Amino acid sequence: MSGKVIVITSGKGGVGKTTTCANIGTGLAQRGRKTVLIDADVGLRNLDVVMGLENRIVFDLVNVCEKVCKTRQALIKDKRFENMYLLPAAQTKEKDVIKPEQMIELCNELRQEFDYILIDCPAGIEQGFKNAVAGADQAIIVTTPDVSAVRDADRIVGLLQSRGITQPQLIINRVRPQMVRKGDMMDIDDVNDILAINLVGVVPDDESIIISTNRGEPAIMDVGSRAGEAFRNIVGRIEGETVPFMSLDYDLGIFDKIKRLMKKD
Amino acid sequence: MDLISKFFKDDPSSKDVAVERLRLVLVHDRANVSPGLMEALKEDLIAVISKYMDIDEESMEINLNSGEFSSALVANIPVKRIRR
Repeated sequence: MSGKVIVITSGKGGVGKTTTCANIGTGLAQRGRKTVLIDADVGLRNLDVVMGLENRIVFDLVNVCEKVCKTRQALIKDKRFENMYLLPAAQTKEKDVIKPEQMIELCNELRQEFDYILIDCPAGIEQGFKNAVAGADQAIIVTTPDVSAVRDADRIVGLLQSRGITQPQLIINRVRPQMVRKGDMMDIDDVNDILAINLVGVVPDDESIIISTNRGEPAIMDVGSRAGEAFRNIVGRIEGETVPFMSLDYDLGIFDKIKRLMKKD
Repeated sequence: MDLISKFFKDDPSSKDVAVERLRLVLVHDRANVSPGLMEALKEDLIAVISKYMDIDEESMEINLNSGEFSSALVANIPVKRIRR
């Protein structure tokens, strides 16, 4: 058996990498896939709190890389799914204590046992990024529809290419349909045209994400959450299914329709 | 009709501004060319061309246009007079 190693990256911070990682991982585990999430953000670990597993950490990624413990000893079993594990980042060390070769070795070891290995990449393009992408076969780039996040995503596309990941996939996060409708936020086509990479999902801005993060339970488990639904669709696409993109409620009011007609002249 | 159009007409939407700004900034990012480098190139071009002809330095324009697979340097240099 040989699992897939997917790195979740963005360049810019705060666009939702960790949340995306937690949700996709949980979605894959829900489908019965054996999944491990690696928090590669050494020094600023957060995937543990988003998953609600912060009280169970004994060993971490740096301990594994430095062979202080066995990989198995550092893996934390999820509360809800017994086929999902977290390998937490170290909190008191720095990103450059790990080397890319150690990450490659770790990924190859985990590949033997898991269907999916998801790596939560730190923001930036320095050592932490290089480590996180070193062992990955595929990449998912998370962006939000704003100038700085898309610019950084474009830079990441180039950097991934030079590291042999030529077909990254894109998630556009925190889309606000109301603002798109008013012409005050770039829409999916705008971002897609600019970045020109394969779109794997669009996630609406949704308060339920904040609530689920407060509780340490990924939104994908909440059947009423719009963002959760978007993540379920993404998981389906990762698994090779053809899932139509959900409507982001674009229907216009009568006033907007008149306005649009006028503009066409 | 005119009046109604006028009433509804507004400035370009902020997302169009965002798309336009992104496209411009990415041309430079992708080509890995900084504004400083473009300025230096412009000055050198002026120096070389001025040996042969008088050019309008004020209205001269140099742009790097990037397509998906290639980039082109496009210069528009108005000539005032050929030197003999």
